[in-house]
Parts: sequence; structure tokens; C-alpha cells
Amino acid sequence: MTAATARVDERVAHVGVLRRLLLKPELGALVGVIVIFVFFAAQSDVFRSWNGAANWLDVSSALGLMAVPVALLMIGGHFDLSAGVQTATAGLATGIMTTYWGLQLYASWAVSLALMLTIGFINGFLVTRTGLPSFIITLGMFLGLQGLNLGVTKQVTNQVQVSNIDLVPGYHALNNILASTVTIGGAKFPIAIIWWVGFTVLGSYLLLKTRFGNWIFATGGDANASKNVGVRTGRTTIALFMMVSFMAWFVGNTQLIRFTSIQAQSGIGQELYYIAAAVIGGCLLTGGFGSVVGASLGALIFGMTEVGIVNVGWNSDWFKLFVGVMLLLAVLANQFTRRLAEQSRR
Amino acid sequence: MTDVEVREVVEPPKADVPMLEIRNITKMFGSVISLSDISTTVRAGQVTCVLGDNGAGKSTLIKILSGVYQPDSGQLLVDGRPARFSTPRDALDAGIATVFQDLAVVPLMAVWRNFFLGSEPTRGWGPFKRFDAGQAKKVTRKELADMGIDIRDPDQPVGTLSGGERQSVAIARAVHFGARLLILDEPTSALGVKQAGVVLKYIVQARDRGLGVIFITHNPHHAYPVGDRFLLLKRGRSLGDFAKSEISLAELTRLMAGGAELEALAHELERGSGDVGDVGRELLEDTETLG
Repeated sequence: MTAATARVDERVAHVGVLRRLLLKPELGALVGVIVIFVFFAAQSDVFRSWNGAANWLDVSSALGLMAVPVALLMIGGHFDLSAGVQTATAGLATGIMTTYWGLQLYASWAVSLALMLTIGFINGFLVTRTGLPSFIITLGMFLGLQGLNLGVTKQVTNQVQVSNIDLVPGYHALNNILASTVTIGGAKFPIAIIWWVGFTVLGSYLLLKTRFGNWIFATGGDANASKNVGVRTGRTTIALFMMVSFMAWFVGNTQLIRFTSIQAQSGIGQELYYIAAAVIGGCLLTGGFGSVVGASLGALIFGMTEVGIVNVGWNSDWFKLFVGVMLLLAVLANQFTRRLAEQSRR
Repeated sequence: MTDVEVREVVEPPKADVPMLEIRNITKMFGSVISLSDISTTVRAGQVTCVLGDNGAGKSTLIKILSGVYQPDSGQLLVDGRPARFSTPRDALDAGIATVFQDLAVVPLMAVWRNFFLGSEPTRGWGPFKRFDAGQAKKVTRKELADMGIDIRDPDQPVGTLSGGERQSVAIARAVHFGARLLILDEPTSALGVKQAGVVLKYIVQARDRGLGVIFITHNPHHAYPVGDRFLLLKRGRSLGDFAKSEISLAELTRLMAGGAELEALAHELERGSGDVGDVGRELLEDTETLG
């Protein structure tokens, strides 16, 4: 009896190596990054030059910064459809407070942060208290903020954008933090790339190495079971929504500073790209499984593709077709992984 | 009032004092009597089985013992002292841990992450505090080994474990976090024959380590080999609280199956003619051989 059990165990351990490799959520995205890099680099010397790299990393970072908290939230079992619009809200708030109401730049920056954290808190609080799907709650927030962004901006500025932020005192110092460039190999790399890498490392550390990270997995994996063993699922959920809003604040203000203006309608639709990047990076739509590094790799796939298609001289109209196919392949791969993970040997 | 006075008297529990004594517990929900005048005892190193069919009041009893419900009358005595569990936390503090049917494990998470879920060991200080994964893996492996499970890889998701192994993870977790008395809610009901056997083995192992065990089940064939004491419930009432020496498996089965009622049914069927009569006669013979 024991001998038989031992033999079975050995066989399972043997299969386990392949299974464990496949269970790494970021594996698919990593393979995708390599394939796409080789594909475009082989055909375009612009793509593989320092300038090219600066270009596709720049595009990736704008998406990747948001993909980090969006992935964490998704692993925690929720969506935030208002994530894209929130970036505009954050930028518009700082812009209006400084250029129209004459508030000091850093003070405006801080007030904008407080506003965004409040929005995140409201999202999280409503989701945990009502038990309604986050899809619906944040759809409401998405529509509401879209109206607010446009309404307030038009009311205050009589335009659909806020501009001239570069004329505000203190602009250059903030520009150094958020939107300066680092020259490597003659190419200018936006500093946002460094922020992106930094937040990816931080997010990944949080998820894999801390108690809070364990609670994120647990809340998304089985909220009820987690609650029974003392996990504060409500607080975890609210904190995750606030992280998304924090990053929306960071990204929105970076855009405002970098381009010195922001459109009232900006950010709309971006939330779906954040989610797509997270899914390509191995996050399950149902929560409980995924990777921050994977989500950033997903964003890198988007950035490389968007720039690469132009570099090799194709019509960029085809970009979204490619993204769509990529997303479907990723979801199919995830589904397979999940079955493998949940498979019982009963 | 008396609770407080008794608690102030510091006296070590005597060897013959049961770990948990349930005295005349009654619980009502509105006008429905869910449990009526139930008593039994659980001793360290012994297994008390609570048997009953659906609606017998097993779940209500578990919830009273785990602090989810409070009894309307009757007493709980822990180590001979009256105790009152207002919340599940109180029961846990008294060393009483319940392993519910859903096991409170997250299938997609690694075994070691599940083991410490909600009570993660941390290292470092302030914002640099991190989940001590090395320690967690080590303890998980050791605790499971103590239960006789050789976990191949603590990194594998709990979902890849068999039903019996998942039970054992939940049991080992309860023991590690200070349980002296385990309440197992139908741990074998969803399992196949072989896996049920594995879980029974863990129950025996927990007992041999000096833990008290309350084993809830509706299967006398699972209960009898491991149990030292049997409490039979039916429609909220006790059909008896027996030591193993006082009852045989056959009698336990007969009581469980509804004993007298089954006989009456058999006689009724026998009066019929032809096939129905044959069924009745067979049923009557069965009940006679059983009890």
C-alpha cells in the first residue's frame, strides 16, 4: 500500500516539472515578447536601434504603468473600467487648479492625489458593500467621470482642454521628476520608463513577498474561504482600487506635464488596453491568479507592436487586429493553465 | 456572574475532566426547536462522533461549538469550567478549531500560501515587513509530514491535491494554529472510498497526538472504527450518547437507519402481496440482522 502510494507520487512529481513551468503566469507573455522582438528587429533596423527602443519603450510605459495596479486588482478579483478616464480626471484637476484657480503647483498636485484616492475608495467601498460586480460599479464611475471631466472643463475653461501648464511656477522641477529624458546611445529615453520598471518591481514584490500580496491572491481566488480564515477581504479590495486611482494620478499628471496640456476626453477606452495587457500577462479574468511582471510584459508587447508595425512600413490600421488575435490566444492559454492548476487527482 | 468567579479560581484540569462537555444544550430559531437537550463529552486523545441524518441538528451543534450561534439554554464546559463563545474567535482562543466542509482553502494558491492564509509569518519591520516564505514552506512541510503526508512540493496549488490531502492540509493548519480540539464537519462525505480512508487515518493520527476530535458524519461505517463515543441526533433530539463499549456497529447502523420506523415500514410492505411483499420481507430480515 505504502509502496504503491510512493510509486504514484514519484510519477506525479515527474509530470510536475512541466506543469510547474506552465503554471508560471508570465511565461506566455515572455514568449510573446521574444517572438515579437525578433520578428520586428529582423525586418527593421530602426526598430532595433536605440532610438527605436526609446520609442517603443515609451509607448509601452504609458500603458505598463497602469497595467501594474490593474493586474493587481484583477488578481484580487475585480475590474476597474474607470481606470482610463481617471487619468484624465487627475490631469484635468491639477491643470484647472493651477492655470485657472491660481493654486500652487505642488499643492494642486497633492489635492489631485487626494481626489483620486477618494475616487478609488468610493469604487472599492461600493464594490465591497453592495457585493455588486465591479464591472457595473466602475462602469457607473466611468460614465460619471467622463461627464464630469467634460462638464467641469467646459464650465471653467470654455474649451475641451486645459493647457499652458508650462507657464505655472514650479513646472520645470516637476517636469524633471515626471517627464525628463535620459540619453543612452544617443537616444532620449523618457524617465517614465524608469518609473514603469520601478513600479513593476514594487508591485511584484508586494504581490509575491508580502502578507498583503497573499491576501490579494486569496481575495480573488475565494473571497468566502479567505474571510473564514481571517483575511480582511474588504480592506484588500478597497486598497486595490485605491492603488489603481493612485497610478491614474501619477500617469495623468505625467501626461499633463509632458504635453503641457490635457484633453477632457482623453483616457477613454484606455482601460480596455490595461485589462488586455494584464490578461496577456497571465491574469485570470476570474481572479486569484496572475503576475505583475506578466502585465508589464503584456504592455511591452503592445508597445513593440504598435511601433514595430510602423517601423516595418505596414499600414498601422492593422494594429488592432493583431492585438485582438493576441488577446484571444492569451485567454485560451490562460484557460488551459487554470484547468491544469485546478485539476484534482481525486 | 458565576462564569467570572469560576474562572478566577486557578486549578489545573484534572486528568479525568473532559476537554469539552456539552450539557443540555437547546437552540431555537423562532418557534423551531433546532436542538433540544443535547449532552455529550469530548476528551483529549479521543474521538466523539456526532451522527445524524440531514436535518438532525448537526450543523447547529457545530455552529454553537464554534461560536457562530449561542445556545438558548444549557452549558458548555471547557476543561471543567463553564465557557461562553460569543464569536468564532472565542472558540479559537479556547483551542477549538472547526474545519468546515469548504475547508477554507483557495484552490489556485500554493499549499504554503494557503497554510498561513490570514496568519502569515512576517520578517523585518514597518513597510519592509515581508511574508517569510522560507519559514512558511518549512513549517508547512513539517506539519504535513507530522500528519503522515509527504508533500511533494509546497509550491503546488492546493487544487492539484486530492480531496483527502486537501482535508489534511486544513486539519494540519488547525492543529498548527493551536487547536486542542478539532471539529470536523463531514470530512468524508464528498470523498471516494479510498480517500475517505485516508481522512480517517488523519483523524486517528490527530487523536494519537492527544487532540480531542469531534467527527460529524452520517456514515456509521466511517464513525465506528475511529470513534470512542457516539452521539446520535435525530430531528434535533438525542437518540443517545454512547461509549464504544455500550454499542455495536450493527446497533449504531440500526439507530441511524431509523430502527423502529424501518421495522414498521417493513411490516406494512409485507402485508402487501407479490413483489411488494417480498421487498417487505427482505427489509424485515435486514432490520433483524442489523439490530
